[in-house]
Amino acid sequence: MPRIAALTGNNAASEAMRQINPDVVAAYPITPQTEAVEEFAEFVANGLVKTQYVPVESEHSSMSACIGASAAGSRTMTATSSAGFALMWEMLPIAAGLRTPVIMYVANRAFSAPLNIHCSHDDTMGGRDTGWIQIYSENAQEMYDNLIQAVRIGEDPSIRLPVMVSMDGFITTHSVERVDLLDDETVRKFVGEFKMANSLLDVDNPVTIGACALQDYYTEHKRQHSEALLNSTAKILEVAEEYARISGRKYGLFESYKLEDAEYGLVIINSAAGVAKMVVNELRAKDLKVGLLKPRIYRPFPGTQIKDALKHLKAIAVMDRVDAFGSGSTPTFTEIRSAMYGLPNQPLMINYVYGLGGRDIRLEDISKVFHKLVDVAKTGKVDKVFDYLTVRE
Amino acid sequence: MAKKIMNRREMPLGSVIKDPGCSVQYETGGWRNLKPVHDAEKCTNCLMCWIYCPDSCIRVKDGKVVGIDLKYCKGCGICSEECPVKGKAITMIEDKK
Repeated sequence: MPRIAALTGNNAASEAMRQINPDVVAAYPITPQTEAVEEFAEFVANGLVKTQYVPVESEHSSMSACIGASAAGSRTMTATSSAGFALMWEMLPIAAGLRTPVIMYVANRAFSAPLNIHCSHDDTMGGRDTGWIQIYSENAQEMYDNLIQAVRIGEDPSIRLPVMVSMDGFITTHSVERVDLLDDETVRKFVGEFKMANSLLDVDNPVTIGACALQDYYTEHKRQHSEALLNSTAKILEVAEEYARISGRKYGLFESYKLEDAEYGLVIINSAAGVAKMVVNELRAKDLKVGLLKPRIYRPFPGTQIKDALKHLKAIAVMDRVDAFGSGSTPTFTEIRSAMYGLPNQPLMINYVYGLGGRDIRLEDISKVFHKLVDVAKTGKVDKVFDYLTVRE
Repeated sequence: MAKKIMNRREMPLGSVIKDPGCSVQYETGGWRNLKPVHDAEKCTNCLMCWIYCPDSCIRVKDGKVVGIDLKYCKGCGICSEECPVKGKAITMIEDKK
């Protein structure tokens, strides 16, 4: 029977992992690890899953073990956060390049220095070009739903790519929310059985995995990988459609909130989108035509679809919980401005860095951004494209 | 080298090689600057060279070194270095191709 439970984001992730029941989970068990893996280790110890659990000595090892397990044909999952994500960096493009569909839960947390354990999107935004599929989640419910869908997306024979699903560290991972859970059987049926083509353990058809490819072949491998990632959009939507049939919750490439007739739009990822939707409602009540776009699938980046959803706006603010240091913009701004380029009546765009290291983003902060957009549209001028929001100057 | 060069659509996913052992098609002898020369008179057939050769290029028959596979020998010189025979049963000379 489907259940309703009060869960933290971490609980929701471990519950999804329990229901997915992967063959192998290799994870570094202590900080900066999340509680999700600790809970999952309990599931293993209590015999609730058939998973081979490998508590490795570092995240570099955890991703390495995951790649090996996946190449051997196992459904493989792991989890990490911030510095742990950074430590597995070397292995991230290898998981993607070998097309091993490892599913990873990431709690978005800040990089040091200064030392900070709270939310920034430093980790996954830094890893956005490692060739993985990236899915962002606003709350515990979305994390649960996205993690289950990620298995089907990554393992699809036309895609065969690792998928990272993230949500905001502490803000979402440690807050208790209402989560609608599917029953175990439904999830198991939905994820099905993983059948890896060219698996290492298929002894009748031996293969070599991880050989070198030099000037004569490397480019073709990268092109093949790039195509697979770019072409995965249709399948991602197909999986979302199928998931909607079992859960009643439908996901797109991004969430569009009151954008259709809007004049001013905000683009914002993960938990802050929840706050921003509240502000949208408040300003709508005052007849200000505002709307919001919350990216969900970040890799592949659905630039064309986002452009279509935003092109009628007068002004857009893109807010990121990370600075792309030295670029004078943030990752999402660069993506979206690039997608919008060439439109005959290109909306004016501004860019904010907000909420670094877990700093609260308040209703009035978002409201200020919308009012700034009204000013920008009225004057037709952008005095400052890139700025920090809520900073002591 | 492989006989036919594949395009990206013909290649299996994830840089997998489906015909194991295909490295025999890659003749690394072309890398060589120095060539090992085996002197059967001096050789005691201790097979140290056979143990140490990283490319399995020391050809042995009935417990005796019978030659060196120059198709794959990269000329690293380990065989000569490890040869315990005084005056060396394997010496490296310039490989004029």
